[in-house]
Amino acid sequence: MLTRAEHRAARSGGVAALLAIGLALAVPIAVMVAYGADAGLGAGLGPGQGDYLWRITRFTLLQAGLSTLLSVALAVPLARALARRPAFFGRRGLINLFALPLGLPPLVAALGLIEIWGRNGVANKGLALFGIETPFSIYGLTGILLAHVFFNLPLATRLILPTLERLPPEYWKTAANLGLKGWTLFRLIEWPAMRKSVAGAAGLVFMLCATSFTLVLVLGGGPAATTLEVAIYQALRFDFAPGRAVLLSTIQVALTLTIMAALKLIAAPADPGDTKGGGSARPDAQGGFQVLSDAVLIGLSGLFVAGPMAAVIGAGLVADLPRLLTDPLFWRATATSLGIGLVSATLATALSSLLIRARHSAGEPADTAALGLLSASSGAAGSLTLLAPPVVLGAGWFLMLGGGAGQLFAPLAAIIVINALMALPFVMRVLEPAHRTAMARNSRLALSLGVTGFNRIRQVDLPAMALPLTTGFVFALALSLGDLGAIALFGSDRIMTLPWLLYQKLGSYRTDDAAGLALLLGGTTMALILLADRLGRRDGNDRA
Amino acid sequence: MRKSWLIPAALMAAAPLIAQPATAADKTLTVYTYESFVAEWGPGPKIEAAFEAECGCDLNWVGVADGVALLNRLKLEGENAVASLVLGLDTNLIAEAKATGLFAAHGLDTGAISVPRDFSDDVFIPYDYGYFAVIYDSDSITTPPASLKDLVEGNADEKIVIQDPRTSTPGLGLLLWIKSVYGDDAAAAWEQLSGRVLTVTPGWSESYGLFTSGEAPMVLSYTTSPAYHLVVEETDRYRAAEFEEGHYLQIEVAGLLANAPEADLARQFLDFMMTPGFQNHIPTHNWMLPAAAVSEPLPEAFETLVSPEKSFLFTPGEVAQSRAAWIEEWLGAMSR
Repeated sequence: MLTRAEHRAARSGGVAALLAIGLALAVPIAVMVAYGADAGLGAGLGPGQGDYLWRITRFTLLQAGLSTLLSVALAVPLARALARRPAFFGRRGLINLFALPLGLPPLVAALGLIEIWGRNGVANKGLALFGIETPFSIYGLTGILLAHVFFNLPLATRLILPTLERLPPEYWKTAANLGLKGWTLFRLIEWPAMRKSVAGAAGLVFMLCATSFTLVLVLGGGPAATTLEVAIYQALRFDFAPGRAVLLSTIQVALTLTIMAALKLIAAPADPGDTKGGGSARPDAQGGFQVLSDAVLIGLSGLFVAGPMAAVIGAGLVADLPRLLTDPLFWRATATSLGIGLVSATLATALSSLLIRARHSAGEPADTAALGLLSASSGAAGSLTLLAPPVVLGAGWFLMLGGGAGQLFAPLAAIIVINALMALPFVMRVLEPAHRTAMARNSRLALSLGVTGFNRIRQVDLPAMALPLTTGFVFALALSLGDLGAIALFGSDRIMTLPWLLYQKLGSYRTDDAAGLALLLGGTTMALILLADRLGRRDGNDRA
Repeated sequence: MRKSWLIPAALMAAAPLIAQPATAADKTLTVYTYESFVAEWGPGPKIEAAFEAECGCDLNWVGVADGVALLNRLKLEGENAVASLVLGLDTNLIAEAKATGLFAAHGLDTGAISVPRDFSDDVFIPYDYGYFAVIYDSDSITTPPASLKDLVEGNADEKIVIQDPRTSTPGLGLLLWIKSVYGDDAAAAWEQLSGRVLTVTPGWSESYGLFTSGEAPMVLSYTTSPAYHLVVEETDRYRAAEFEEGHYLQIEVAGLLANAPEADLARQFLDFMMTPGFQNHIPTHNWMLPAAAVSEPLPEAFETLVSPEKSFLFTPGEVAQSRAAWIEEWLGAMSR
């Protein structure tokens, strides 16, 4: 419920955000197409390449589909278990930990996973203790799935959990009174509440896995595990065929979207329920067996996520940390990474807020075609940006900047814009359900009290959204901190980020330094997550 | 600070008659190279200091990810590149680099250069070289493979990590190595070797990380890799396996851009590149072998390195012509 002026502001804000996103996507792609047109769009896609293309497409979809299925199928019971246990020691720490994988460069995470699951890993050593000497190998589809679940189970859980937590306590009281349990409770209360967020999370995870690159190559075992993203990277990196890269990207986007549309995974419509504040004591979920099974599930998931992190920390402690910490290069890289991260997270959060308000204002179902279009494209913008391969966008920006030698501002801006675009889908998924709830809760009251316009945003909406806004912001920040940067493909002599420094160390035998940097990078991200968590809770009334 | 520059600049502009003709001190030579060359610990900073002392000019490095990225960067910029020189391509990229038409003949006497197989070129001058080799962990392998044949046919439980020839220079090196030794039977060799390959990484860094973390006892790298561990880490745990058939060679080169803003200075740098002032910094900073005389003896560690009697090298033309087909063959064999 908004006033006429608020509607107008929300809609024009949404249109502006859409235009900005559209430009940021279309311009570099257009530049690439124009450049590639010289060489012919299909250059390099000869007759023999058809089979290859078919093979990698099939594999891309197979691994992405399975990864999504596993991640979400595990995230649903995990989120339920966490919602049933609103207060146990370490709960907040665990949920904060779940934001961390996102902020790790994929290679660091892969090395952490290998410490646990690799041939020489903890798991195999454990098996050897029981006399099982033949090491199991994670390389191949197993490794890819394992890595994707490691990244996406925590992500999906974090996305799904709040929708359960936002349910009013009356639901659980009533459920306890009626004796609703297990499947019935899931079917009647939990599933309807989490359905949208599960679909949203599944869509996001599918896109992430479909475009995953380093993990697939390192853990995939060989070229049988080649995805479209690898082919796109190859087209740009080794063959420098922008036309082919754009063509392959188009296939990737179209295919992923078709599948997501078929599975109805693209941003689901809103269903504002009438809720009366937080609180989540669960009288319905008492009883020894259920407590035990929840404890086992939460404990195992925690171990699964914490194990590789612990390995990263362990490896990092071997490094000469005092020397790394006194290296001016480290501080320069940290400052650059934080700067890029903060600006792109702000941009992503602002764009998402504009899109979400526009969607809210346009209403669902929208009453005119124009509003319907605004609503749909705002929703789609939050998905599409993840599918446009950052290497393609980066190359496009670089073409436009004429290589960017010696320039500082322009490549920096390109990195920030690309990072913000990549973070958009994450932030949207965090903000939208919370926004829906907040609107449903406060709209009438705000209107009847005559609190409107900017005053309303400042006094009503922002405080109500403080926690989700900080969560979204931290997602975006973590993502940006761990990102090697599409621009790295072509070099950026004056921009040195932490992951870039890490790769540089790794590229010149300095494995220990790289491990130390991974620890410092992970530590920085964790510190920011904790800080944001604290700030969000202090300002927010979401959990009041 | 900045304003104080304006005064001499204004004087120079106002009084062209008394101003000296522009000296080298006014000039900046920009060189494109790969990142690890200009890293703090790379040879770049030292070479820069040495050359600047000699030319009285300003040497400006611009580093990109690696040799392949270097070529892409040039294709992106075309004739607008601010650089006069490109340093860091390898012989496999030469044909493609020449095809861009962006390079010019250097016209210099390269008599000081001495690399295996007497490689020489009218556009590109070698500045270092190395051989690809299988590096093994002597803690877990006591009898390393003695030939490529041993590697291909050996115990499938002793794993090796290699790089993808579609995305990595050493990966392409192994592809060419196996092609050199096996010729038309390369596909069969790859099929057999694939059982021994733990995984194929996108670049050298990932595979070397897997190797040093103990995940695989062998990795494809360079004969000079053990020198790093010997000199910096003082351990002889990681060693190169010498292969009977010979090793595949990688020669890194530098070239002059046709549109060089500072062509004379660039030629001066290329001349400098062939002297000990440049070459001395190659072994222990770029971890490759010098392509011309050095004035100080190489560290002892380098004497212990494998130095192949026989080497392989396809001509740039052969690589350019067949790379796509060979990669296709590799894909087929490794995916089976």
